[in-house]
Amino acid sequence: MILAMGIFLIKRFATFVATLLAASVLVFAVQGALPGNAAQVMLGESATPEVVAALSRKLGLDQPAVVRYGHWVRGLLTGDLGTSVSYDVPVAQLIGERLAVTAPLALLAMALTTVLALTLGIYAASRHNKLGDVGVMTLSQIGIAIPNFWFAILLILVFAVKLQWFSAGGFPGWDESAWAALKALILPAVALAVVQAAILARITRSAVLDVLREDFVRTARAKGLNRRQVLWRHVLRNAFVPVLTVMGLQFASLLTGTVVVENVFSLPGLGRLIFQAISNRDILVVQSVVMLLAAAVIVINFVVDMLYAVIDPRLKVHSA
Amino acid sequence: MTFTQRALRHKSFAIGGVLVALLIATALLSFVWTPYSPTELDIPNKLQPPSAAHWLGTDSLGRDVVSLLIAGSRNSIAVGLIAVGIGIAFGVALGLLAAARRGWVEELVMRLADFTLAFPALLSAILLTAAYGPGLGVATIAIGIFNVPVFARITRAAANGVWSREFVLAARACGKGTWRITLEHVLPNIAAALIVQATIQFAVAILAEAALSYLGLGTQPPTPSWGRMLGEGQNMMYQSWLLAVWPGLAIVFSVLGLNLMGDGLRDLLDPRLARQR
Repeated sequence: MILAMGIFLIKRFATFVATLLAASVLVFAVQGALPGNAAQVMLGESATPEVVAALSRKLGLDQPAVVRYGHWVRGLLTGDLGTSVSYDVPVAQLIGERLAVTAPLALLAMALTTVLALTLGIYAASRHNKLGDVGVMTLSQIGIAIPNFWFAILLILVFAVKLQWFSAGGFPGWDESAWAALKALILPAVALAVVQAAILARITRSAVLDVLREDFVRTARAKGLNRRQVLWRHVLRNAFVPVLTVMGLQFASLLTGTVVVENVFSLPGLGRLIFQAISNRDILVVQSVVMLLAAAVIVINFVVDMLYAVIDPRLKVHSA
Repeated sequence: MTFTQRALRHKSFAIGGVLVALLIATALLSFVWTPYSPTELDIPNKLQPPSAAHWLGTDSLGRDVVSLLIAGSRNSIAVGLIAVGIGIAFGVALGLLAAARRGWVEELVMRLADFTLAFPALLSAILLTAAYGPGLGVATIAIGIFNVPVFARITRAAANGVWSREFVLAARACGKGTWRITLEHVLPNIAAALIVQATIQFAVAILAEAALSYLGLGTQPPTPSWGRMLGEGQNMMYQSWLLAVWPGLAIVFSVLGLNLMGDGLRDLLDPRLARQR
């Protein structure tokens, strides 16, 4: 049993490393596939050949692709990602600054999603086929159909333009006052969370309903526990497995959602950075941020897989 | 009860069907008629409120909002069709291959699918845009690539189920080869699951196109697109806030329609797939 678990862990870890490697090759290859020289693309059509040649040397473009790839991967591992052409600061420093906006936003959104979804999902399941259930399900069906960036615009319309409780965008930074900074992240986090919660609430509801049909629930009821006690002591723990998986999968859409919503609110996070980098043709930055986001998704899915195996040992054999 | 009777009685399917029919009808209508030209500028009449002449008003360049919405539907449908087409063409082929061959082929296809999932449509679009410049073609391909692993997974899972059935064994006993069984027995039996997934992915594609166009990575001016209308509407929020509302409603009704229809189809076509309600 322990051996099987060990083999599973090793196999899964090998896949994880291979996936990360494949992702880095892909991200790197897209730069190689650039029509024309990357230095030419960065500098634009009007650049003279001498300037292009100088930048090519600076970026190491005169070396073979394998050498450049090795260099880049070493940079990724050591945190030396080169210097941004448009900002003239180290890419790693740039990403670090922007993460101070994106990471809290993603965490806040995920926390809001979890609270909203679990509350609504459990409530709907406990009122199965009654008015409350139908209401929650209808709302969630609409929630899934709403584009998060449109919801963000509506929030700005109501809370910034009409009520003027929040600013319509921008970020004061964490140095001035933590509350002001947090306040600037509230509307974006709500915009991200509502749509995600709509999906997760449905998953939670059906997971809870599935567990409620199990034999051990009937046994617990027969033992004399009331509905509420059974729900909290037995059902939720078991229903958590599918909910956790979906939360892991949702993390990818949350990250891309953050990229979009940051642009709606003009928040200086990774999402905004990537778009500025695209328009500035700052390929090093685009490459590094895309790699970072893809790696985040891969890591989260790996962690969820591990947790999954720990929580529910039955699954190990299947996935191995 | 016939299929039609069951379909008409199925609430989600009926509501979704009506919304989807409206979307398709609007897109078809846009080929022959829009109240005004969706690309013609009329600066003197910009930012008009809703009126008899312009039912939903005009935008910052004086274009009629109703005409833009009607013409924009065509764009959404085109992106949805092509992106889902790419997903089905490659995803179903890979899924069928994985189920037919099993072993390392299956393992490879599935790991590839896992890998592609790490690049959501938006990320691949960003990568491709950085290399090839923004445009609807790049955006559609990015959404299509994202659809491939989705269809590969669902095809493999459904096809594996069919391969273990007795009638496949019987077909083998009759001397049919792997590919003939795949085409004649497996594919028809998984079609229902694929149709349901195609409906849902169509909705996902519409949402993704809207987001990419909003960010300027999708449809380029002057082609009307709901996503771009939202971006322009946001800039005019203080002058005419309704401009940021209409395109969003168009997206929500389309996506809602497709999702409801997908749910309905799941129940109607394959009761075993139906979610517990």
